[in-house]
Amino acid sequence: MARLNGAQIVLESLQREGIDTMFGYPGGVVLPLYDTLPQYPGIRHILVRHEQAAAHMADGYARASGRVGLCLGTSGPGATNLVTGICTAWMDSTPVLALTGNVTRALLGKDGFQEADITGITQPITKHNYLVMRADNIAMSMREAVHIASTGRPGPVLVDIPKDVFQEEAEFEWPEQINLRGYRPTTEGHAGMIKRAAKLIDEAKRPIIISGHGIIWGDAQKELVDLAEKANIPVITTFLGIGGFPESHDLSYGWLGMHGMYYANHAADGADVVIGIGMRFDDRAMGRFNAFNPNAKIIHIDIDPAEIGKNFSTAVPIVGDAKRVLPKLAAEVKEQRRPEWIRWIDQLREDHPSLHVRETRRMLPQYVMRTLYEETQGNATIATGVGQHQMWAGQHYIYKRPRQLISSGGLGTMGFELPAAIGAQVALPGQEVWAIAGDGGFQMTMQELAVLVDEQLPVKIAIMNNGYLGMIRQWQELFYDKNLVSASITQPDFCKIAEAYGIKGLRAEHKSDVPRVIQEAREHRGPVLIDFMIDQEENVWPMVPAGAALSETLEQPASEAAR
Amino acid sequence: MTTSTENGYRPHHLSHTVVAIVEDKPGVLMRVSSLFRRRGFNIESLTVGPTEEKGLSRITIVVDGESAPVEQVEKQLYKLIDVIKVSDLSSEDMVARELALIKVRANNLNRHEILEIASVFRADIVDMATGSVIIQVVGDEAKIDGLVKMLEPYGIRELSRTGRVAMVRGTKTTTVHEREPEQIARVHASQGRRVDDMELPFSSD
Ligand SMILES: Cc1ncc(C[n+]2csc(CCOP(=O)(O)OP(=O)(O)O)c2C)c(N)n1
Ligand SMILES: [Mg+2]
Repeated sequence: MARLNGAQIVLESLQREGIDTMFGYPGGVVLPLYDTLPQYPGIRHILVRHEQAAAHMADGYARASGRVGLCLGTSGPGATNLVTGICTAWMDSTPVLALTGNVTRALLGKDGFQEADITGITQPITKHNYLVMRADNIAMSMREAVHIASTGRPGPVLVDIPKDVFQEEAEFEWPEQINLRGYRPTTEGHAGMIKRAAKLIDEAKRPIIISGHGIIWGDAQKELVDLAEKANIPVITTFLGIGGFPESHDLSYGWLGMHGMYYANHAADGADVVIGIGMRFDDRAMGRFNAFNPNAKIIHIDIDPAEIGKNFSTAVPIVGDAKRVLPKLAAEVKEQRRPEWIRWIDQLREDHPSLHVRETRRMLPQYVMRTLYEETQGNATIATGVGQHQMWAGQHYIYKRPRQLISSGGLGTMGFELPAAIGAQVALPGQEVWAIAGDGGFQMTMQELAVLVDEQLPVKIAIMNNGYLGMIRQWQELFYDKNLVSASITQPDFCKIAEAYGIKGLRAEHKSDVPRVIQEAREHRGPVLIDFMIDQEENVWPMVPAGAALSETLEQPASEAAR
Repeated sequence: MTTSTENGYRPHHLSHTVVAIVEDKPGVLMRVSSLFRRRGFNIESLTVGPTEEKGLSRITIVVDGESAPVEQVEKQLYKLIDVIKVSDLSSEDMVARELALIKVRANNLNRHEILEIASVFRADIVDMATGSVIIQVVGDEAKIDGLVKMLEPYGIRELSRTGRVAMVRGTKTTTVHEREPEQIARVHASQGRRVDDMELPFSSD
């Protein structure tokens, strides 16, 4: 036991939890914490340019590493700037710990300068949050916060600490035990249910696995492969599940949903048993709920019981951790071949190859992603923004490992790309990290280029410059009678922006430039921004229009394919 | 899915009575009510109070079953870290009660009538002034509705109802764990036995 002040207790607690990196921004009420930072050289503080980016960096760090990502903001505007990032982490269930300062205890509730009720504001978008009113309680709150963020179904947790609590002294004692009576995630899976699931799988003629983000967070790729191989079950993933099953595997049939592959959507729709693992049957993945495959019996395996039965009624619910449940299920199921079913999907894929890249002289974004895949031998970690480029990045790079694609799926947060890539690069020193950016979204967080320079991070940025809020243009074209309103967007000269920060800027104007600039960027040791002047008119296909069924997946119209 | 209560009354056919045992911490009521708002579950009534165990509160929520599949209500409640135990009493044989204070206009001519009505409903007069009386009544919602209806012609100045509290009949409880009488606990500890559904300091399980 030692007598420490609150700020020291915070940093001491982080050290005990093995958290050594924080993305933050100072302000009046967190100055006591900043004042203490030099005493803890083991904790690296990365100064961001906007707190939203701090939260995305913590998120990117978490998604790339599997560890808790930490962000920090001051009271009031610092805290509210974190909100978009916290909500992004919430929707995708990632373990982000957000630390905020607040006004001194005596001023709480008095609307003083820079007071924001951040625990109230973030209540519906955090797994839990704390307002710590005594230095005595900091260690336990920090311990619980990390535990809650990183176990069960992960999610963001916020800890709010008034300024004078940072300054108050208390005996520091690291709590060895956590006693959260209301929080005991179920991990093992019910033996009886696992048997019932196995029986259903054994009897199924056309089973399909839909694997989600939970496979990645449950570190269950191997267990999933074992199950799929033993019972010969084709696997499709959700968008966030990409990489949870190697896309190069014979049983891999891409991902499903609004811009999923035609054959994946139809396989899900044609299956007689759907095994959802670590996913939540959301609308972007499943299309219109009441039109989704009415004949399928659903086996739903998830660590969050509230997801089971939320959107679809389930034949066999299994609450548990994929890593624990899948081996038990694999042990129960019979070995099978299912040649007919697999041939059916193969044929579908042959007839409807959603990922075909057309031959044309124009620079198609699909071609850029394909070339990037080839040049990096499929090894890069990819962080994306939101929009058309996000879908092309999901479709035309082939992902073989979990945590390789980092993208805001649930909230769909534009501006995620650069800070998420920065967080990933901090987590993966020496590895190749690319940000695939939209020309629109990049402008939402491009101030973080400064962080690349400060921290000497060799992130490569590929801007898919189509001169449009492309996804908006696509929707206005298809569903609003080509009435383009605020779809076109002007940009600065991105290369000059990069250069102004001291970052190498390259531009690819023609298709023939693409391999060369990618090679040049990879050879350069520092960060590089590439401005890819892609075809402006290209749309994302296939597509399930909002409110349509997966069975109504549209493919690229002939008129567009002929361009 | 509701059971009739003592008076043969069936609560609103689609409402559920859910009891949550929660940590008595700041913000817990906001977390619970915010969850209902956010998921579009309509609350018909909500009451909070202490339990038999220090540090725990009991929230009784009557939720409109049409807006809220009760299974989702339970599961979403369980996701809150401060919620320890959730029970749906709707399918149980339960005792459900509410208390109401009703301030009724009264004068020398009709006061007697009002008192008579109150006594038929086994309600108490808890305050009396020249122009009004306060009637206190305990019962299920139907009984209170009935009394209110009878009093309306006289003029109700003010009505305050607590919302439902409920309990399962018989020995079954919704508590987190029943405290073991000390004597029994000592015997069990000495014999190394575990009592069902108890949290005893035996780490082997
Ligand atoms: C913060 C935020 N605002 C608005 C949107 C709605 N939105 C979705 S995609 C999109 C266009 C994105 O444009 P760009 O970044 O250029 O990517 P592109 O679709 O052109 O590839 C917009 C505005 C969003 N997802 N996030
Ligand atoms: Mg664009």
